[in-house]
Amino acid sequence: MSPKIDLKPAEKILECYPRDMTSLIQVLQDLQLTYNYLPREVLKRVSAALSVPLSKVYSVATFYKAFSLTPKGKKVIRVCTGTACHIRGANLLMDELERQLKIMAGETTSDMKYSLESVNCVGACAMAPVIMVDETYYSNVQPDRVKKMLDGKQ
Amino acid sequence: MKRCKTPADLKKWSTGLDRQRKKTKTRILVCSGPGCLARGSRKIAGAFQKELAARKLDSKVVHKLTETGCHGLCQQGPLVTIMPEHIFYVQVKPKDVPEIIQQTIMKGQVIERLLHTDPGKKEKFQDYRKIPFYARQVRVALRNVGLIDPNDIEEYIAVGGYQALAKVLTGMKPEKVIDMVARSGLRGKGGGGFPTAKKWKSGRDAPGEQTYIICNGDEGDPGAFMDRAIMEGDPHSVIEGMIIGAYAVGSSQGYVYVRQEYPLAVKNMQQAINDARKAGFLGDRIFGTPFCFDIRVSRGGGAFVCGESSALMRSVEGNVGEPRAKYVHSVKRGLFDQPTILNNVETWNNVPYIVSEGPERLASMGTKKSKGTKAFCLVGKVRNTGLIEIPMGTTLREIIYEIGDGIIRDRPFKGVQTGGPSGGVVPNSLLDLPVDFEALTRAGSMMGSGGMIVMDDRTCMVDVAKYFLHFLMEESCGKCVPCREGLKQLHNIVDGITRGNAGNGDLEKIENLSRSIMEGSLCALGKSAPNPVLSTLQYFRPEYETHIEKKKCPAGVCKALITYLINDKCTGCTLCVKACAFDAIVGKKKKMHKILEDKCTRCGACFAVCKFDAIEID
Repeated sequence: MSPKIDLKPAEKILECYPRDMTSLIQVLQDLQLTYNYLPREVLKRVSAALSVPLSKVYSVATFYKAFSLTPKGKKVIRVCTGTACHIRGANLLMDELERQLKIMAGETTSDMKYSLESVNCVGACAMAPVIMVDETYYSNVQPDRVKKMLDGKQ
Repeated sequence: MKRCKTPADLKKWSTGLDRQRKKTKTRILVCSGPGCLARGSRKIAGAFQKELAARKLDSKVVHKLTETGCHGLCQQGPLVTIMPEHIFYVQVKPKDVPEIIQQTIMKGQVIERLLHTDPGKKEKFQDYRKIPFYARQVRVALRNVGLIDPNDIEEYIAVGGYQALAKVLTGMKPEKVIDMVARSGLRGKGGGGFPTAKKWKSGRDAPGEQTYIICNGDEGDPGAFMDRAIMEGDPHSVIEGMIIGAYAVGSSQGYVYVRQEYPLAVKNMQQAINDARKAGFLGDRIFGTPFCFDIRVSRGGGAFVCGESSALMRSVEGNVGEPRAKYVHSVKRGLFDQPTILNNVETWNNVPYIVSEGPERLASMGTKKSKGTKAFCLVGKVRNTGLIEIPMGTTLREIIYEIGDGIIRDRPFKGVQTGGPSGGVVPNSLLDLPVDFEALTRAGSMMGSGGMIVMDDRTCMVDVAKYFLHFLMEESCGKCVPCREGLKQLHNIVDGITRGNAGNGDLEKIENLSRSIMEGSLCALGKSAPNPVLSTLQYFRPEYETHIEKKKCPAGVCKALITYLINDKCTGCTLCVKACAFDAIVGKKKKMHKILEDKCTRCGACFAVCKFDAIEID
């Protein structure tokens, strides 16, 4: 059994938007930020509150990359794999992170510390290759800097 | 905040700001674009604040400290500009701040050490407008980006903001506004290049209960960040353009669709909208006229296909972003099945400029069919990476070798990728191609939203094609089978080539399958998806053939086809031994090292650390 989900934050978010289909994506965005993922109970509540079938809520929640149905790690590491980052060696960084964290892109470490993701472009192409840890950008990263970053030395 | 009920109120407000500006002796502009932020510009701004306070100097009026949007030369960040002298300091560190205040702000002396040195000419520049990177640019879309505080509406008003709106609302008929835009020659800057005035006119004439205006800020093309720079650095120009557009087409509700990967753009746009509403530029009876208009921000969900207009509209409605067939254009039936005019960020931002400067000004720039300027992101293997804006018709050579100062380490230029995943690679033989909508399309690429990724001989074109196919395969919405399944197969074939598993007739298969995908897909994503592979095949076919026949990657990128070697430049410094996580390098100190091929994973760590060019890729 998973721990019971507190629905209060969800109610607060729902109060800020008109109760119809047009609010669905905006509500899910806020919920993702608050809960760090979209728990089933919360989605059921959204479906009822916005009068949108649960199937439709799921179809939107699984279509967009911004949403996750499973909990994410405390820190989310995003390797930018935009074109500029790619030709400056983003895949080498991803390989190194996968090796260091012992998970593949799209997964979360078992201690829930890190989630590793690739992102298509964070729009910081001039400093390629770029890694984002939560909201912090790391620019011109070389594979040998990855371990230092994870150890918190940078 | 002041509220403008009439154009006279705005005039009074801006005259008041002018008077206040006269008291300002220096303006300290700290670039807070994404590049400089990543390099710690927040700390620089903080240090200025602290240091000015410690010296009991005012940071609001006399020495005005401003955090701006992207200034452009991201490569050299963090950037600090001292106005009005345009003194330009690069790679500034917090410890430089006291010296800048002491020398430059107090005594008016320039600190040589912090000036930008042009790598090619070894010349130092005091005034940034003289640096070749800036000197060749013409800034229309980026006219205020990097020069004003995006979160202060007064800074926008002080540079003439919302004057164009006042002029339009109180003195021009909607038809005249459309005519003015037509005379400027403005075309959609999102990539398609559709004449803006024509779109507006169709939208105006379309029957419906409500006409909507949309600003497409879903800048999904990897390698492009112009729209981000404009939304973050000069959001009011976009809003003003949208209000003028809404008046011209008769709309009362607008949406700005911003991708969620740009949190700062969402924040700055939202604040600008709130401020514009408080100041009376949005809402009911704008400038005391019967015209009412408001804007809402809609955040995207991280789907590339939502940059496509019909998918974007589905997404604003709260749905899954799947495009629809365009038998009926969205200007007739778009958002909520109503007439909808959708333009890109840069297009909206050009509109106030056209009104204030007159349409002839924009029409005088550019080529015969492509008027005005275009903002680009110059990135990849070029020395000066950053945000640029050039008149249409500027050649690739001027962009890459003059503005960009050539290729990193003077390696040979191989090609430049434009148009994102819908575009292609323009090879070095077309270096003198003038950049406009038509020329790029003729070259097998397209303008796209403005990413320009420069590639050198160390970039493998087969790998580039594979990269885009993988991108598109993941981003295909799945509605049309040829796109969804075809891209997967196309990716498999190209992936096989990069792994040394090419089959007979693979190149012909690629060409056939590409044609089917183009013909069988509904939207531009599918129709243009084979472009990257077809254009690289057109210009770099021998490179594909070397991968297939000789099982070699000449650029040294495809891991399965390369080996790392150590040559006699090796000094035995052991740096690579320490960098290798797989114990694949052996050798004693000061003796030439050796790579054990069976242990080497081709991770590139040794290549990155070697200071003597002793690691070779074969």
